Amino acid sequence: MNTTILLFLLQDGITNGAVYALLGLALVLVFAVTRVILIPQGEFVTYGALSYAMLATGQVPGTVRLAVAMGFVAFALDLYAARKALHLRKIARSAALNIVFPIALFIATTRLAGPTTPIAVNIALALLIVAAIGVFLYRIAFQPIAHTSVLVLLIASVGCHLALQGLGLVFFGAEGLRGPALSKASVPAGPLVFTGQSLAVYGLTIAFIVGLWLFFGFTKMGKALRATAVNRLGARLVGIRTTLSGQIAFLLASVIGAISGILIVPITTLYYDTGFLIGLKGFIAAIIGGLVSYPLTAVAAILVGTVEAFSSFYASNFKEVIVFTLILPVLVLRSLAAPAVEEEKD
Amino acid sequence: MSALLTVSDVHISYGKVEAVRGVSLDVADNEIVTIIGANGAGKTTLLNAIMGVFPLKGRTSFAGTDMAPLDIEDRVAAGLSLVPEHRELFGTMNVEDNLELGAFRISKATAAASLERVYTLFPRLKERRKQLAGTLSGGEQQMLAMGRALMGAPKLLMLDEPSLGLAPIIVADIFRIVGELRAAGVSVLLVEQNAQAALKIADRAYVMELGEFVLSGSAKEIASNSRVAASYLGFQHEGESAI
Repeated sequence: MNTTILLFLLQDGITNGAVYALLGLALVLVFAVTRVILIPQGEFVTYGALSYAMLATGQVPGTVRLAVAMGFVAFALDLYAARKALHLRKIARSAALNIVFPIALFIATTRLAGPTTPIAVNIALALLIVAAIGVFLYRIAFQPIAHTSVLVLLIASVGCHLALQGLGLVFFGAEGLRGPALSKASVPAGPLVFTGQSLAVYGLTIAFIVGLWLFFGFTKMGKALRATAVNRLGARLVGIRTTLSGQIAFLLASVIGAISGILIVPITTLYYDTGFLIGLKGFIAAIIGGLVSYPLTAVAAILVGTVEAFSSFYASNFKEVIVFTLILPVLVLRSLAAPAVEEEKD
Repeated sequence: MSALLTVSDVHISYGKVEAVRGVSLDVADNEIVTIIGANGAGKTTLLNAIMGVFPLKGRTSFAGTDMAPLDIEDRVAAGLSLVPEHRELFGTMNVEDNLELGAFRISKATAAASLERVYTLFPRLKERRKQLAGTLSGGEQQMLAMGRALMGAPKLLMLDEPSLGLAPIIVADIFRIVGELRAAGVSVLLVEQNAQAALKIADRAYVMELGEFVLSGSAKEIASNSRVAASYLGFQHEGESAI
């Protein structure tokens, strides 16, 4: 191997790793706040990427209709939950979020979609659609069972993944799609060429990590989310609504997923089910980070990306096998290092 | 005096076991009321249910409004606050963050004033403000739990066993501060096994046994009641090891 190939592989690995880092961070965030292991994270990636790619060809993606439908279900659940004490203000707030917002989004999407729509508008629409789906997903599937065990939440999470993946096939078809690049610029650096796209990947990953750090460290809402993660009862006793914390966590996760998707869809062709595998790699990083540590997760994600790049060069048939085998020594070490875990009470 | 908290004929069950049976109590503005009783009498269950942590059967109202449709967060916003037995602090966050979150439901300006007041009441917390809550001593954690509850400027503070597991000198300190809260316009509902200390600062008291109130009256009457003296105060003269 020569240095050029080494550098190429490293570059490739770090670019992929940056995307896995974003997804891994989202998984850690959602798990910390809601105890949900977010298997459908991969679907947020696919939905974001393919909605963006469809919008770029001038079509209206089916995801926006899903957002409207989920909004109605979420509103019905809110009404049912509040049936004993119907406060007008609460209902108005719920209607604004669950009915008015997705319908406005639907109208905006159908009116704006076209072959000449600027990229920025398409990105904004794709992000809003996936954000709405993420928030409604929490309301519909997880909020009613928020108090149950991690296992029950995981089963619900797998169910959501399967449902969303199936719907993805309906919306996007079995054919893969590619989206237009965010920027056509390219910067040569020695033997390497950094495309505008890969620079956008690095930039956004770093921006998100810094943004999350600022949000959790310095804002009242960020601290409230951390507090919910540390002690749910304690959080409720100071008046933090854990349902709101859950919605914000899902909002962040779905936006992060969609951004990752929009970042990679110009680089690789995505199919309706590709997101799952990408999400799983973020999950490996999150597991190496113990589902608690953000910095460890980010570092592990870069490692996963690099190992993937090198193994696809040397043994491309075993690429996924090698990447997923990474998790075994980590789990063994963690199970040896950690004291026997008590059955959670919560 | 108008009643701030009214609880009438409340029943609380864990499955088929009824832990609290037909209990009624009230707390007026600016009043310190204590519930004393042995371990397992149902005191903690009652406080948690008033806060909304467990469901209960019966009527509860706070500051004139029915509490049935309100969840925990609404009750906090209405001015009811609980310092739970296990304190439920945010262990991996520092003292100041814990206090700041205590003021989650109130405006920033009021929160700043609250913080000053809490630091005046508990100077120790100010010294430790950058320390993680989980690394504080038991007494400091209790102070932090009370401080965090006071940050929300509650009308009624419910304290569950604030003296549990603390050294006598810190217990005395905590009870002195509970007594001072009245001056600050906060009513207190205090659940304690340390009956002697509780009766000293309380205006009125209820005695709870096996899920029911068996006695109620002014703190003086209860303290001089022969049955209470025998069951709860009898061993106090042998030393300070009340718990």
